[in-house]
Amino acid sequence: MHQMTLAEIARGLADKKFSSEELTRSLLARIAQLDPQLNSFITVTPELAIAQAQAADARRATGETGALLGAPLAHKDLFCTQGVRTSCASRMLDNFTAPYDATVVSRLAQAGAVSLGKTNMDEFAMGSGNESSFYGAVKNPWNLAHVPGGSSGGSAAAVAARLLPVATGTDTGGSIRQPAAFTNLTGLKPTYGRVSRWGMIAYASSLDQAGTFARTAEDCALLLQGMAGFDPQDSTSIDEPVPDYSASLNGSLQGLRIGLPKEYFGAGLDPRIGDLIQQAVKELEKLGATVKEISLPNMQHAIPAYYVIAPAEASSNLSRFDGVRFGYRCENPADLTDLYKRSRGEGFGIEVQRRIMVGAYALSAGYYDAYYLQAQKIRRLIKNDFMAAFHDVDVILGPTTPNPAWKIGAKNADPVAEYLEDVYTITANLAGLPGLSMPAGFVDGLPVGVQLLAPYFQEGRLLNVAHQYQQATDWHTRSPEGF
Amino acid sequence: MALDRSDVEKIAHLARLGLTEADLPRTTDALNSILGLVDQMQAVDTSGIEPLAHPLEASQRLRADQVTESNHREAYQAIAPAVENGLYLVPKVID
Repeated sequence: MHQMTLAEIARGLADKKFSSEELTRSLLARIAQLDPQLNSFITVTPELAIAQAQAADARRATGETGALLGAPLAHKDLFCTQGVRTSCASRMLDNFTAPYDATVVSRLAQAGAVSLGKTNMDEFAMGSGNESSFYGAVKNPWNLAHVPGGSSGGSAAAVAARLLPVATGTDTGGSIRQPAAFTNLTGLKPTYGRVSRWGMIAYASSLDQAGTFARTAEDCALLLQGMAGFDPQDSTSIDEPVPDYSASLNGSLQGLRIGLPKEYFGAGLDPRIGDLIQQAVKELEKLGATVKEISLPNMQHAIPAYYVIAPAEASSNLSRFDGVRFGYRCENPADLTDLYKRSRGEGFGIEVQRRIMVGAYALSAGYYDAYYLQAQKIRRLIKNDFMAAFHDVDVILGPTTPNPAWKIGAKNADPVAEYLEDVYTITANLAGLPGLSMPAGFVDGLPVGVQLLAPYFQEGRLLNVAHQYQQATDWHTRSPEGF
Repeated sequence: MALDRSDVEKIAHLARLGLTEADLPRTTDALNSILGLVDQMQAVDTSGIEPLAHPLEASQRLRADQVTESNHREAYQAIAPAVENGLYLVPKVID
């Protein structure tokens, strides 16, 4: 049962081959049996899941239909879930039970999806290896000594290990696409504003975007359909019609113009990954696509600009964690300043503290123009590069990551070493563009992802290309041994 | 410009983060490493470039001036560390 994709589950439920409750119980048993090896869940919610599954079965018995009705999933533990702990993988929120549902959570629940629990992540989504979680590192099911990527590493590991068909994630600098690449999944970060951020615990508000993990592009389309759309509760949500993503999958790629940015294939890229990306390009050419070299000359400035903008916004967003209204409070504070300082010093982990301090410094008097304003100007240069490129090509293609998943602990000495691994994904967040990573082969037994980027609101085009590629290749069907 | 220990103490105070003595050296090193990365920005010529705050350059929406939220005081107070009579408790601020 656990090998089924979401689309297969939807057909099985529609054909009454099994009930949502049977499927849910089977997956809960699998999580209990296998997750201790992976640590992909922070909280499993069996009673709620079974109740949601029974409710979905009852709705189906009355004649209701829908691809997500009775479909199992899990949410990254930064989506607020009413009555369920929402920890953001931080000691700060270890005792926090959300008083409301995030829009993503409520929309999927209304569609009848069954949430099995909350997945592990880097603390406050700050990291690329899922090693900064208060609840411990997540292991990559393809090799338990390696990271699954981050920050949505729990969602990635759980779907890759067939504990679930799909899961939600968020992507601020690559936190869906990079773990999808590291675990042989299809991961989609939509256009900024496509999916509501309401009830998502904020890291960097001008970059954060919710998206999907699945084993196929077809499943990403089904899940995104349940998540996307305007939400008046999110002031940056975009009021733009949502197309039928499943209908976009089957278009021909004849005449599709693919741009290969020369900056994505330069120094720093593992040549074995470069070879696999070229093989993926050849497959797409066989399907009718044409290929052209392009240039994104400001790409090299993306990481420095990101490490001003994201920490600056984080330092502001995370000021709400003060030990007063919710979350962790230190013991016996001497006075109000002591309450703030010790609650935050004890409640936040080291990487979160670093980013808050970088942000506080960049925003402090006398430094604003040199840091935050300069970073925002570079952000425009990066966006302009993409706008120019999309005059000539329909999608941009390159590697998702320069290297395969590293060993747990290998990048702990210097935070910058980990930051540099996001070189290919961060630009899409700065420009707000949709991006997708899909499986393209293996290096030393570890998965490799190919990244596709498209113009604003062209998620359907990304899913179309990925689906057609997945009809011609079988990398995405490979399962990790033991799962 | 590298930060020294007293700079880091000042930034930690601004951010209301209580660092321990043991944290200070490694935090100072990490911040200097990150700022070294960030300082690569200074070489980029951005003269005449407008800063970009929202990727789609959307502006803040306005809504009708109507009450849309119900009162959630009890639910919110139930998850607070210390409350009394509907108020949030903090250490004494004024003698």
